[in-house]
Amino acid sequence: MAEAVRNGGASGLGWISHAHGAIAVISLQGDWLVGRTAVDRGISCLLHECAGLRGICFDTDALGHWDSSLLVFLSQLRQGSAHHKLDFDDTGLPSSTRRLLDLLPVQEVPGAIAIRKRSVAQDVGVKVIGVCAEILAVTTLVGEITLAAGAVVRGQACIRRIDLLTCVQEAGLEALPIVTIVNVLVGGILAFVGAIELRRFGANVYIANLVAIAVLREMAALMTAIVMSGRTGGAYAAQIATMQGSEEIDALRSFGIPLIDYLILPRVLALVSMMPVLYLYGSAVGILGGFAVAVAMLNISATIFMHQAAGAVTAAEVFFGLAKSITFGALIAIASCRVGLRAGRSAADVGRAATTAVVVGIVGVIALDAIFAVCASRLDF
Amino acid sequence: MNETTSKLQVRRVSVGYGERIVQHDVTFNVPTGSIFAIMGGSGCGKSTLLQALTGLLRPASGSVCFGTEDYWSATEARRTQIGRRFGVLFQGGALWSSMTAAQNVALPLEMFTRLDAATIDALVQLKLSLVGLDVGRDSMPASLSGGMLKRVGLARALSLEPDLLFLDEPSAGLDPTSAKRLDDLILDLCHGFGMTVVLVSHDLESLLNICDDGIFLDGTTQTAIAHGSPKDLRAHCDNPLVHAFMNRDQPDIRTAASGH
Repeated sequence: MAEAVRNGGASGLGWISHAHGAIAVISLQGDWLVGRTAVDRGISCLLHECAGLRGICFDTDALGHWDSSLLVFLSQLRQGSAHHKLDFDDTGLPSSTRRLLDLLPVQEVPGAIAIRKRSVAQDVGVKVIGVCAEILAVTTLVGEITLAAGAVVRGQACIRRIDLLTCVQEAGLEALPIVTIVNVLVGGILAFVGAIELRRFGANVYIANLVAIAVLREMAALMTAIVMSGRTGGAYAAQIATMQGSEEIDALRSFGIPLIDYLILPRVLALVSMMPVLYLYGSAVGILGGFAVAVAMLNISATIFMHQAAGAVTAAEVFFGLAKSITFGALIAIASCRVGLRAGRSAADVGRAATTAVVVGIVGVIALDAIFAVCASRLDF
Repeated sequence: MNETTSKLQVRRVSVGYGERIVQHDVTFNVPTGSIFAIMGGSGCGKSTLLQALTGLLRPASGSVCFGTEDYWSATEARRTQIGRRFGVLFQGGALWSSMTAAQNVALPLEMFTRLDAATIDALVQLKLSLVGLDVGRDSMPASLSGGMLKRVGLARALSLEPDLLFLDEPSAGLDPTSAKRLDDLILDLCHGFGMTVVLVSHDLESLLNICDDGIFLDGTTQTAIAHGSPKDLRAHCDNPLVHAFMNRDQPDIRTAASGH
């Protein structure tokens, strides 16, 4: 063994070592501050050259200021010497350093357990099982809501009236402005679009038929549902997810208060009962929007528009629209409550739940509407 | 490291929200390397005062000096620089929820130093080892326990090698064993790194165990009504409020203190 094991000081490593019998004495030199030099200070070389010696000890006479970077060095050196069966004698170190070194593990902390790579088949399997479980959960939820709603109707269960009324107000009255704006504009747009083609045949008056049928059959129910999905569905999911985060749901569960009765049913009932009302209101203002455009800009007389519209609309159309709006209401309410209930507990999960509820609501409503359209066409309705 | 000067000087600081002042004319000195306690009952303005010390709330009047430099009369850029010299442990840990424990500790290093990834990783692992977090380093904060959150919060507060550490209710919400372990850890870190610590607490046992000096705030008179180490205040303070606060559960504390 050469006298100088390694001169780390010369290469700016912050230490010099020399062999003293079978012990390597490491003199720590200068300042050891984070950011001044790299953390790797030649530990592996030092240990390699210490092979055959009995141990390591320290001399800190020339040590200046130090911080965590010294601890990293000492901790790694201690782990390395344990590995190389070298004695690590820390008595030469300052007592404050020893105190911190005592907090650190002697053995290397095993790194994070590598996440096992899954095969594609496993990935697909996990996804499929997840989807099946979700379908099962949603079905269960729908069943429970139906049973609970039945119990309420029969007077066997009660939901808090104030909750129901608050939900009705949120989903009904407070939604009127946005429902008005959207439906008036859609009615007006339909009149404009219809005019482009119908004018070529001199069939301007049929704009009234087009607007009335399109609004009652499709647009009022669909547009109202999309608006409500964004407005109320997102709010429901966010409310319930927030309650999840603040342990309110856990508190309800611990008291044995049924979540269905307390949280979900008021929201579902409110939306299911308000959607048909909003649909009728939306249809009225939608036709009004078409009427305004037709009369003011397309030179159709008000009387003729009314007459044509009244002639075009049948009660069946209104019932079809009502049925759709009730289904959309139930879909939005149940989907958003479900999304809220399965949300995580962090603040970020609240935002995620609201977004998911809106996306699921809108896609679900349009998909359902397509199913309605196919059924109606099959039935020649 | 052997400076005997004050690390932090608080001169006639009044803190509050808008018109409502919660503490008037608080004055104290924190010597370098000591552990200083801000004591008082719930709602007396301890945490508000801490906010004024950590740069989160401008005091209504008075000055807060780090070394010789007045924090609140410095420019904003300078305040940010001073701010990097101290670490803060928030009451609930306040970990960034979208990052793992290790990433929480790494972020200040990535933002404010030019260290390479390997060095940052070594430092992060060191800090997490120092606070005794052996498992869950790659877990998200949502899946960590209250005690672990505090430990990670402490590791994050240590990330930029601070001279001064502010701790807001470090032992709140922890069981007595974990609280004791955290107290020991604070002592080890403070003495090991030669750090100065200012802590807000109403946990009597940890106050008695670790603090060298302190100030007692009263919510009714909205002033500091006593000054001294928790042990002295418990033994000698005549003020009935302080006496009542410091001697709650007297027999238990006596055994705890004598066993220490």
